Amino acid sequence: MNAPAMNLHSGRDDGIAVGEELLSVSNVTLRFGGVTAISDISFDILKGEIRAIIGPNGAGKTSMLNVINGFYHPQEGTIKFRGEERSRMRPYEAAASGIARTFQNVALFTGMSTLDNIMSGRSLKMNKNFLTQMFYYGPARDEEIAHRRRVEEIIDFLEIAHIRRQPVGKLPYGLQKRVELGRALALEPDLLLLDEPMAGMNLEEKEDMSRFIVDVNQQFGTTIALIEHDMGVVMDLADRVVVLDYGKKIADGEPNEVQADQNVIDAYLGVPH
Amino acid sequence: MATDTGALDTFPKFLLDNAKKFGERPAMRHKDFGIWQTWTWAEMLEEIRNFSVGLKALGLKRGDKVAVVGSNRPRLYWSFCAIQAIGGVPIPVYADSVAEEMTYVLQHAEVRFAIVQDQEQVDKLLSIKDELPALETLVYDWQRGLGDYEEPFLHHFGEVQAEGKKLLAQSGAEAEWLAGINEGKGADLSVMLYTSGTTGKPKGVMLSYDNLVVSSQNANKFDNFDETDEIIAYLPLAWVGDHIFSYGQSMTAGYCVCCPESPDTVTENRREIAPTYFFAPPRVFEGLLTEIMVRMEDAGNFKKKMFNYFLDVAKQTGERILNGEAVSLMERLKYKLGEFLVYGPLKNRLGMTRMKVGYTAGEAIGPEIFKFYRSLGLNLKQLYGQTEASVYITAQPDGQISADTVGTPSPDVEIEIADNGEVLYRSPGVFMGYYKNEDATKETKTAEGWVHTGDAGFLDSKGHLRIIDRAKDVGKLNNGSMFPPKYIENKLKFFPNIKEAVAIGDGRDYVAVMLNIDLQPVANWAERNNIAYASYQELANHPMVYDMMAEHVDQVNLDLASEERVAGAQISRFLVLHKELDADDGELTRTMKVRRSLINERYDALIDALYDGSNEKHVETEVVFEDGRKGSISATVQIRDVELHEPLHQSGAMKEAAQ
Repeated sequence: MNAPAMNLHSGRDDGIAVGEELLSVSNVTLRFGGVTAISDISFDILKGEIRAIIGPNGAGKTSMLNVINGFYHPQEGTIKFRGEERSRMRPYEAAASGIARTFQNVALFTGMSTLDNIMSGRSLKMNKNFLTQMFYYGPARDEEIAHRRRVEEIIDFLEIAHIRRQPVGKLPYGLQKRVELGRALALEPDLLLLDEPMAGMNLEEKEDMSRFIVDVNQQFGTTIALIEHDMGVVMDLADRVVVLDYGKKIADGEPNEVQADQNVIDAYLGVPH
Repeated sequence: MATDTGALDTFPKFLLDNAKKFGERPAMRHKDFGIWQTWTWAEMLEEIRNFSVGLKALGLKRGDKVAVVGSNRPRLYWSFCAIQAIGGVPIPVYADSVAEEMTYVLQHAEVRFAIVQDQEQVDKLLSIKDELPALETLVYDWQRGLGDYEEPFLHHFGEVQAEGKKLLAQSGAEAEWLAGINEGKGADLSVMLYTSGTTGKPKGVMLSYDNLVVSSQNANKFDNFDETDEIIAYLPLAWVGDHIFSYGQSMTAGYCVCCPESPDTVTENRREIAPTYFFAPPRVFEGLLTEIMVRMEDAGNFKKKMFNYFLDVAKQTGERILNGEAVSLMERLKYKLGEFLVYGPLKNRLGMTRMKVGYTAGEAIGPEIFKFYRSLGLNLKQLYGQTEASVYITAQPDGQISADTVGTPSPDVEIEIADNGEVLYRSPGVFMGYYKNEDATKETKTAEGWVHTGDAGFLDSKGHLRIIDRAKDVGKLNNGSMFPPKYIENKLKFFPNIKEAVAIGDGRDYVAVMLNIDLQPVANWAERNNIAYASYQELANHPMVYDMMAEHVDQVNLDLASEERVAGAQISRFLVLHKELDADDGELTRTMKVRRSLINERYDALIDALYDGSNEKHVETEVVFEDGRKGSISATVQIRDVELHEPLHQSGAMKEAAQ
C-alpha cells in the first residue's frame, strides 16, 4: 500500500526540453488610453526555471502577468508559448493551454472549503457532462474519484490536511495563499504565474511558501514566473530575474548580476533627477 | 501460544506470532490522502520484513544503534521492529529537537543509521553529519523536496523495502531473517530512550525486551486490552509512554495503532477513529474542555440550558454510576436521557465514544476537569510512571479513582517511601542502566534494584500513592512540618481565578503565599459584580478580590488539613501581587514555570512583610516592556491573615478509636 510516486505535472509532451524556451515576450507594449503601462518589453521564460519579475510599485509587473495569461491584450508585440505565436486569447484558453496563476489579493471562493476550492481548479480537466455529474454515477463517479485523488495529493504536498473541510474565508491569510497555490497546482500547469505569493506574510510564512515554490519547481518540473517585492526571497529563489521600472525593462539576468546593476539600484533607491 | 521461534520474549517474535494469530485483523491505520489506509498484521509483517532485509543489505548489523526521528507515521513504527529483527537497537529521538541537541544524543549513542521522516529531518542531520563520524546511512520516509539530493548514503524507505523484497525472493533469505529473530533474547537491549534532561545532558535509558514485554503484558492485563482495541498514536515517539502504548502494548496485545494524518489533525482523526484506549497529558483534557465550553457559549439558549441541566445531572450521578455505587432509579433515568441528549453527542465530538480506558499523567490534573470527564461516563484514570520504570509505577484500578492520587502500585511493582519522603520502586520494568553513564545509574538505582524517583509522596490510608512534589523542592518549616511548595501552589492554581502562586515556608515559622490573579476570569467577575477598576494593579488590590482569594486559600487549607502528612503546611498569610509574573522579567521560564530563586530576590521586601506581621507594604518593582525598555511600577500591597483549620487526621483518628 505504498503511496504511488507523485506526479502532478501533466507531462504534456510538448517537445520542449528543460532549459529551452517555453514562453517568449517580444516587444510588447500595453496602453490604457493615454497611459503606457508596458512599453516595448521583451524577455523569455525557459522551461523548468523560476523566473522572477521585480520592480518598484507601478512598474507594470502585474500588467505583464496579465498579458501573459491573456487577461490584457497588448497593442503591440507578440507572445509565443511553446513555440506558437498567440493570437488574442482569453484567460480560460490560457488556463486550458497550461498556464495557471495566483493573484496578488487572494481570489478564492471564501464560502467554500479548502477541498472544494482546489477541486474547482480541476474543473477544466473534467470532461463528463453536467447531467452525469449531477447523478454522480458510473464514469462521472470514477472521474470524480480520480480527480479527488489528485487534489488529495496536492493537499498532502502543501500540508493543509488539517483545513481540508474548513471554509477558506475563515483561514488566516498565509493559509489562504497556500490554498490558492493549491488551486493553481490542480490545473497541472506547465507555467505557473505567482503574483506576489508572499505579500503580507510574516517571516515564517514566507519561508514556508518559499519552500513550497522550490518544491513545486523541483518535484513537478513546473516552470514558475513570480512577482515579488521581497528582494531577499527573489535572490534566493529565482534562477533569473527581469527588472521593470515605469513599464520599461531595465535589467535581465541572474540574481547577483541584477543586484549589482546600477540601473536597478537607482530604480529601487531613487536617484536625484 | 508457543511458536516455532520459541518463547515470546522479543517484539519481532510477537510480530510473527500476531501475524499468525490475527493475520487478517488490523494492525495499523494511517490517514493518507484523506482516507484511512489499513494494514493487517500479515501485511505489516511483510512491510517490516522487506524493510528489515533491505536494512541488512545496507549493512545494519546486530548491536548497531539506529536513530528514528519523526512524527507518528507507520513506517517509523515499522522501523522499530525491522531494526530489532536484525538485533539492532532503535533510538527514537524527539523530532522537534534542534540540531545541537540531536548531535549530542546521536554522538553519545554512536548511531550508525538514521531513519527519518522527511526533508526537514534530513536537512537537520546533513547539517550535523560532520560531527557524527559514526553515522553512515540515512533513510527517509517522505520524499517531498528530496528529489535532487545526491548524497550516496541517502535512501528512500520504499527503495530499501523494494531491495529487501528482491533479496527475499532468493531461497534461504527468509529463513536467514527468521534465524536472526531467533537469536534475540529477552535480556537483550531493546530500545534506548533519552530523557529530555531538564537538568544537565540527556541520559540514555536502556530498556531490555524483558522490561518492556513484562510491563506491556501487565498493563494489558490490568485494563483488559486485547486485539480488538484501538489507540491513536500522537505523542512523541521518543517518549516512553508512546513506545509502550503504541508499540509495546500493541505488539503484546495485538491491538491496532492509528496514525493521524498530520500533527494538526489529531483531534479530528481521533473523532473518526474513536479509540478504545486513550492517553493524554492533563493539558489536552483541559484544552478539549475549554473548547467545548467556548462553543457552548455560542449555542442557542435552549441548547445551553439543556447542556447545563444535564451536566449538573452528570455531576451528581455520573461518577457514582461509574464507580458502581447505589443510584436511585429516577437518577438513572435522568442520566440515561442525558446520555441520549448531551453526553453521547459530546463524547462523539471528543472522539471518546468507544473509550474503554483513558489515562492522564505527567502532572497534576485539576479535580474539576477530571470529574467532568468521569461524570460523562468516561473511565478516565491517572497513572504515575517514568522512563526508568518502562512507564508503570502506579495506576488507578477501575472503581478506585480520585483526582489527587495516582493509584496503587501496578502489577509486580513494589513501592517504598524513603525517610525524606522520596518514592522508591522496584519492578521487572526497571531499566538496565543509563548508557555509558555508570555514575548516574548508581545514583538512581540501588544494588537491590530500588529506583529513586526524585518525587516526594506518601501512601494514603487506602494504599494509594500521592505525589506531592519533587523531592529536592520539599522543605521543612521550623516546627518540623513538611513543606511541599508545588503541591500547595497547584492546589491554588486549580482555581480559575488564580493564575500563579508562589509558596514560601522552607526554614520559616509558617507558610505564606504570593498570588497572581488571572485577569480574564477575574475581570469577568468584576464586570458582573459592578466593580470598577482602571488597571490590573487596582483590580488585584481590590478588597473584594482579596475576599475572593481568602476564600480560595481557606478552601486549600481545608484540603491540606484533611491530609495527614501535609496538614502542617496550611497557609497562614497571603498577598496578591501587584503585577503579573512574566517571562519577560525573568520571573517565569519560557515554559511558564515559576523561577523561585529570582522571585525570592526580587520580592524580598514583600516576603519580609509576610513574616513581620505588617498588614501592608509599599514596593517599587522594575519591569521590562516587550520592546526591552525598562520602567517601574509601585504599589501598596496588602497582606491578609488566614485562619487555620484543625488537622483532620482521619486515618489516625480512626486507628485510635479502634484501639
